[in-house]
Amino acid sequence: MSTSPTDAHPPGAIDYIAVERSPEFIELKKRRIGFVLPMTIAFLVWYFAYVLLSSFAVEFMATRVWGDITIGLLMGLGQFVTTFAITMAYVSFANRRLDPIAADIRDDLEKQEPSA
Amino acid sequence: MTGFAEGLWESAAAAVDTVENNPVLNISIFAAFVAVTLFIVIRASRNNKTAADYYAAGRSFTGPQNGFAISGDYLSAASFLGITGAIAINGYDGFLYSIGFLVAWLVALLLVAELMRNTGKFTMADVLSFRLKQGPVRMAAAITTLAVCFFYLLAQMAGAGGLVSLLLGIHEQIGQSIVVAVVGVLMIVYVLIGGMKGTTWVQIVKAVLLIGGAAVMTVWVLALNGFSLNTLLESAVAASTTDPQDGILGPGLQYGKNPWDFISLATALVLGTAGLPHVLMRFYTVPTAKEARRSVVWAIWLIGVFYLFTLVLGYGAGYLVGPDVIKAAPGGVNSAAPLLAQALGGPLLLGFISAVAFATILAVVAGLTITAAASFAHDIYANVVKKGNVPPDGEVKVARRTVIVIGILAILGGIGVQGQNVAFLVALAFAVAASANLPTILYSLFWRKFTTRGAVWSMYGGLAAAIILIVLSPVFWGTETSVFKNVGTAIWPLNNPGIVSIPVGFFLGWLGSITTRTPEDPTKAAEMDVRSLTGYGAEKATDH
Repeated sequence: MSTSPTDAHPPGAIDYIAVERSPEFIELKKRRIGFVLPMTIAFLVWYFAYVLLSSFAVEFMATRVWGDITIGLLMGLGQFVTTFAITMAYVSFANRRLDPIAADIRDDLEKQEPSA
Repeated sequence: MTGFAEGLWESAAAAVDTVENNPVLNISIFAAFVAVTLFIVIRASRNNKTAADYYAAGRSFTGPQNGFAISGDYLSAASFLGITGAIAINGYDGFLYSIGFLVAWLVALLLVAELMRNTGKFTMADVLSFRLKQGPVRMAAAITTLAVCFFYLLAQMAGAGGLVSLLLGIHEQIGQSIVVAVVGVLMIVYVLIGGMKGTTWVQIVKAVLLIGGAAVMTVWVLALNGFSLNTLLESAVAASTTDPQDGILGPGLQYGKNPWDFISLATALVLGTAGLPHVLMRFYTVPTAKEARRSVVWAIWLIGVFYLFTLVLGYGAGYLVGPDVIKAAPGGVNSAAPLLAQALGGPLLLGFISAVAFATILAVVAGLTITAAASFAHDIYANVVKKGNVPPDGEVKVARRTVIVIGILAILGGIGVQGQNVAFLVALAFAVAASANLPTILYSLFWRKFTTRGAVWSMYGGLAAAIILIVLSPVFWGTETSVFKNVGTAIWPLNNPGIVSIPVGFFLGWLGSITTRTPEDPTKAAEMDVRSLTGYGAEKATDH
């Protein structure tokens, strides 16, 4: 483990380990995981709940709510609604909370060493 | 309205009785599509000089454009014809199938797209080998890429043959083979001349036509039912031949016999999409990670709306054409959408939808071919065999030759599997993507302790598990629809391997990593972390 990362790099090169430990980067990572992880768990649980109910609770899913509209159909359409909703929520979150801080760190790095 | 609907129903029944196909019209519309796209491809090919131009279209597409291209790549003939047909016959279960294809995009959006765009150059292997040992990881990633592309390609080419018998009235083996060859040659021309830019435009044009055509038919079917979903369902139930008739409103008709098989498939669908190499490669055609995000957002809306259309089209075909007519038609369930087009708009709409279905196959095979060629030339030839010492134009030259080889293999394969039941190949492609690709993608992006051995074990292990289980399954043995009809018995009971092979892929990635003694380079890992999240040093668009 290189505790003095400057040794491992030619002079002028970016010290990525230091960047990774910087408070801004830790904050960026925390925000990203804080949104993405719970959302991923939520939509996977909801999707598999729907798949399992469709497989093992056939009677329940075929129950009519009104007319010929069944619980299964409504839950299936619900999957579309949640997918669209999570998509929009993520875009808005990324635009507001992730992009500015990522751009700041990127600009700093560009100043240290302009990328090609 | 009901009088009109009844009249339509009668004329549809009459038309379908004779399967009054107009091959000349169908071929003319398809020829027009080829002419237009070929013109675009030739125009787009002017700047195909560097590898970034050829593989990644100079990274010059916008998010919305790429979103259309992704939908064009993703909405294969299987999803358009197959899902519409499945809903027409089995109702709810066909719809259930389409949902996994959509929800899967959240994995791509939240976990994969932007980070891949920030750290890679042309292929999936670029990202996976970023902080691990180049040789073995690139090789493994290239092999799983080629495997997925090959299975998917073969399924599409076989589908082309089947489609021909339905749409052009060509039933002879030789005629179908010629059409498969024509599709293959056209595809080679597109990819050879147009590279990624040309391929992308073909996909955009195709997506607009496919989604537009489906939209028109959807509004039409809904108009016949007073824009009430409930009325549509009532009509579909009345025309259903299932017992009981309203069985099409609930689950069980298609997957009820073996729910575990469906759960296995559903797992592969939702986790496989974000590991499909031809989808991942599309993220490199845009200039920034933000555009990659926008492309996925556009793709999710387009794909989602399209699957909602297929719900209406499927139930619409169920009552306007009728399940028995669909089952008896050449092409079986796949004929539901074209027959519905005929019932609604006569030969002209049928010709349009048929041409769109062909265009669909053409665009999807083109996307798969350029992905496979890029992976072979960039990963295997340039980086593993030549260790990066290739002249600037050498890589693209190899890629173009690979396109020809893959095209010829696809034509031969497509002809070879005529009449075989190859529907399992698409599901297998998703299973391999989910078992061999996704674990390594997620581990290398999110797990610091992931090692070269973990990556190699996970990719080869996931690939082998998926293929071995398929070979031991009823797909190959013991049933009426098996590759070896009524021969032997299947050792593995499910048609879909995902439920076992995906955990195997994840487990081997973990096991290989924790048993590695020497840790991987920590500075490389830090670099990947920083670059993937900030976009620093990401490949930029080329200027022309």
